[in-house]
Amino acid sequence: MHEMSIAMAVVEQVTAAALDAGADSVQQVRLEVGELAGVVPEALAFSFELACGGTALEGAELIAEPVPGRARCDDCRTEWPTGMPPKLWCPSCSASSARLLSGRELRIVSVRWTEEPEPVRVLEEC
Amino acid sequence: MCRVVDLQQAVLARNDEHADLLRADLAARGTTVVNLLSSPGSGKTALLELELAMARERGVPVAALTADLATENDAVRLARSGAPVKQVLTDGLCHLEARMLAGHLDGWLPEATRLLFVENVGNLVCPASYDLGEALRVVLASVTEGEDKPLKYPTAFGLAHLVVVTKTDIARAVDFDEGAFRVNVAQVNPGVEVLLTSARAGQGVGALLDRALAAGDGEPVHRPVMAASSAHHHS
Repeated sequence: MHEMSIAMAVVEQVTAAALDAGADSVQQVRLEVGELAGVVPEALAFSFELACGGTALEGAELIAEPVPGRARCDDCRTEWPTGMPPKLWCPSCSASSARLLSGRELRIVSVRWTEEPEPVRVLEEC
Repeated sequence: MCRVVDLQQAVLARNDEHADLLRADLAARGTTVVNLLSSPGSGKTALLELELAMARERGVPVAALTADLATENDAVRLARSGAPVKQVLTDGLCHLEARMLAGHLDGWLPEATRLLFVENVGNLVCPASYDLGEALRVVLASVTEGEDKPLKYPTAFGLAHLVVVTKTDIARAVDFDEGAFRVNVAQVNPGVEVLLTSARAGQGVGALLDRALAAGDGEPVHRPVMAASSAHHHS
């Protein structure tokens, strides 16, 4: 189950971004998960909850947006949904010059976090 | 203050970066990595024993790293060829990652190694998502596993540079339908070569070694449709 490794990679990347931005708690992470990414959403949700424990993401909500697989034939320009298991031969002209347009996504799209307001810097006491 | 921030980061970007670094580093040393993926019991180790022996016969400096959840049995078998062999125990982890592999090679991989075979953990799901810096990714299936294996594990077969069928010596006994298998491979990975092998009969051993050496010499390898970069890097 590599979903645990993936969840840990998400937590690591979001933690690094939060640290850079001075955010101390993350409430929500939005992911794009392609149909052909080889990831089981339920397993990822379960792993994510565990991976967040004890980090700035503790209790954060995971929103996984599915992305359907689509392919396009470079010869006849037909576009089709690949389905699962994917059909990567052109259904119109049977050419093997298909190009995958979407479906392999495994990306962090956005995060919602709480940033501490910039502290007022006192330059001089008088 | 609550804020929604656009991150747009590929989750496996770190592994991909480590893989690219390792690939460049090894290429500079003249070493080519061949990543072998299959389910448990497909005959990876038996075939690899013969590949190592043949490479040594041909005078090709070869080494192998084999990953398992437990036991050093595979390393013992592979070491009989006389090639340098390293056993990695993943302690339950179902796949290798590029950074882990780099760590295991550090201080072990002999300088002059031309071909490094990496026998991934026996599993057709998880290892498929992790680039190890290989020049050639080989996915193996034995004739006993059924013709629909490529459809059941489309990510693994879809991202293969080369598909290898093992144990062809018993194909007739188990009614293996080679034509159906090829159709299924072509559905998820149009244009990929399917190589027939038998460790027992010695079939295809030289052909697989030739493919590995050709990839190392910079000959273009097959580009799977599923490996399309457009789906990975848009932002």
